[in-house]
Amino acid sequence: AERYFTRWYKPDVKGRPCEDFCVLQHSNRICVITLAEAHPLLQSGKTIKNINYQISANCSRLQNKVSGKSKRFLTELAPLCRISSSDGEEYTIYSCIRGRLIEVNENILSNPALLQEKPSTEGYIAVVLPKFEESKSITQGLLTQKEYEEVLMKRRSSAS
Amino acid sequence: MAAVFLCRVLLSRIGYCRCYSGWHGEHGYIPSLGPQELGEYQVLLTGAKPKAKTDLPSMSSLTEKDRPIVQLLLSAGTCPRCVLRFCCVGSQMLYRLPHQDLMKDLQEFLKNSQEKEDTVCLDVADPPCKRIRLEHIREEGADDLNLNGAIPELPLAASGNTATESSAGKVCNVCLGILQEFCEADFVKQVCQKVNSADYQFTSFVFSVSLPPQLSVRERAAWLGVKQQMRNLGLPFAKDDIVQLKEAYKWIIHPQLSEELGVPADGKSLFEVSVVFAHPETDEECHFLATACPDCFKPAKNKQSVFTRMAVIKALERIKEEDFLKHFPCPPSSPKNLCDALEIECNNGAVFVAGRYNKYSRNLPQTPWIIDGERKLESSVEELISEHLMAKFKADSFNFSSSGREDVDVRTLGNGRPFAMELVNPRRIHFTAEEMKRLQQAINDSSDKIQVRDLQLVTREAIGRMKEGEEEKTKTYSALIWTDKAIQREDIAFLDDIKELKLDQKTPLRVLHRRPLAMRCRLIHTMKSEYIDEHHFRLHLKTQAGTYIKEFVHGDFGRTKPNIGSLLNRTADILELDVESVDVDWPPTLAD
Repeated sequence: AERYFTRWYKPDVKGRPCEDFCVLQHSNRICVITLAEAHPLLQSGKTIKNINYQISANCSRLQNKVSGKSKRFLTELAPLCRISSSDGEEYTIYSCIRGRLIEVNENILSNPALLQEKPSTEGYIAVVLPKFEESKSITQGLLTQKEYEEVLMKRRSSAS
Repeated sequence: MAAVFLCRVLLSRIGYCRCYSGWHGEHGYIPSLGPQELGEYQVLLTGAKPKAKTDLPSMSSLTEKDRPIVQLLLSAGTCPRCVLRFCCVGSQMLYRLPHQDLMKDLQEFLKNSQEKEDTVCLDVADPPCKRIRLEHIREEGADDLNLNGAIPELPLAASGNTATESSAGKVCNVCLGILQEFCEADFVKQVCQKVNSADYQFTSFVFSVSLPPQLSVRERAAWLGVKQQMRNLGLPFAKDDIVQLKEAYKWIIHPQLSEELGVPADGKSLFEVSVVFAHPETDEECHFLATACPDCFKPAKNKQSVFTRMAVIKALERIKEEDFLKHFPCPPSSPKNLCDALEIECNNGAVFVAGRYNKYSRNLPQTPWIIDGERKLESSVEELISEHLMAKFKADSFNFSSSGREDVDVRTLGNGRPFAMELVNPRRIHFTAEEMKRLQQAINDSSDKIQVRDLQLVTREAIGRMKEGEEEKTKTYSALIWTDKAIQREDIAFLDDIKELKLDQKTPLRVLHRRPLAMRCRLIHTMKSEYIDEHHFRLHLKTQAGTYIKEFVHGDFGRTKPNIGSLLNRTADILELDVESVDVDWPPTLAD
């Protein structure tokens, strides 16, 4: 099924090193937000303690269905959820694209391992639908697969 | 008295002469009879259908009370047929008589009343011959006026003269010519020419007429004028049912159209001939209603006139008599011109063609696939079928619908999927079973991407049966499945034993851009697997209508549960999908 998706990447979101995201864009412009392989949460040894869709006092991404369209509109840096690992770290997952939040993945709430085992499919974070007019432009701030691979190479070389 | 008057009209029309004791003519002799019997003879002689009991309550004869109405309307410039309408004359036959003859007869009727008035206000000093004649009249009544050469012409009173002059040759102030010129053979010819040149196939017709709204205003004005006049004369004027203009028009024109076209008029006919009449000269006559009843007239859409027929009628119901009389002359004034017949159009009711189609291409959408004006894939199931039907039925357009749909890359095998095609405004509607078979063959010969079967004409109601199938019936599929980890025969055998597997499917990602997010529960009734190799197998499934098969195979990011991947504990994907059958037993299977 992934053959219909184009992969776009956003590395080092909010300046935090290696917190990379991968946006899977379907040919019908639907976008699936996922963690990229380089993300710390996907490295061996990390155990997820908690996934929380309640990002503020008034806003829970789980309550998405109830509120009106305007409340569901996300900007690029809108937080989707907060994930804490057993080693005390906390990570915020961001939308990375502007658009309407369609759903967040509730399967990872009941089975956090899914996020680590299948981050690009069943472990997705959320589904976002950009506005029709913006469907092409949203990917302007993102990297193609090739460009991302270059970023990865640079990291490796600077690390060593 | 007056029934006799009308009888006289008819009997003289067919060659009878009045004599003292009765009527002589080529058909024999009829003794002088009372109005009732003469009425019945009238029916027998002219071969007209006896009036149905359901005719208008007020009867088909002009009586004393009608005289002031006739007087007023004729002098105002009303045509004879409208005069008859306002006198509630319900005999269809009378309206069909040539209007010149009707005019003459109405004038005679008035002349008679004129004389009657003269007797009342006559002075004592009468020339003896006149007195004798008048007494004679009193005895015999109106039917004596045509006594051969007996009575010299009486001078008509002034109003009588005006009456004849006003109406003769003028456009009617009430119907604006609808019951005049537009009942004549010339107009009938014009309509029939249009119908014949449009080349439709039909066995009956319905004639619909659109009248300009100001006719309702004028009708009301004439009625109010008459009402006033009767009041002034101290005569009773009951609100009897005046014959509607449209009804009278149809009485006159239907038989003529029917004769020219060679088919009967039928209110239920699917073939409609419509005429739109307009009278721009008087269009502004409705405008005063806007000041009197402003809330009847909503702001116009698309620059069309606010003064629609419905709005005008509504306002006329509301407006008070005094207000109307203030703004509009009652009875109405004579127009300069006739109405125009703007459009004469023909329209045939839609016909429905049903069948079943097979799709053998993995590159063909059901309906044309066009994004931003650009066609993404050549042709479509719909177009391949409609091309031939449109040409044969010579329709304006079509509406294609089917019992469910399949994706571009999915084949439809087996008996095919039921579909129905509505053909809008077809010129041809009669096709034998043989012709339909040939049409089916033509479609099948023209393309290898689709094939159709059971092609037949159906009714509109039948479409409902097809749509039922969409929700309720089952479908069977064949899917070619790939797995990432190797499989052995034993690994997939258990699938065959699973019955009534319940699925929870969220709206697939691939359609989320145009469908709302929802959860749907669907059943997989049975499955049958066919091992191919370590990474491939074929799965046959029988499912509830509305099940997303592709998502059941690959899981759609875990949004369809369970799925083949979760059942086999592997990652699975679908390589090919075919619809093996759509289990709807409609349309009826045709023998080959």
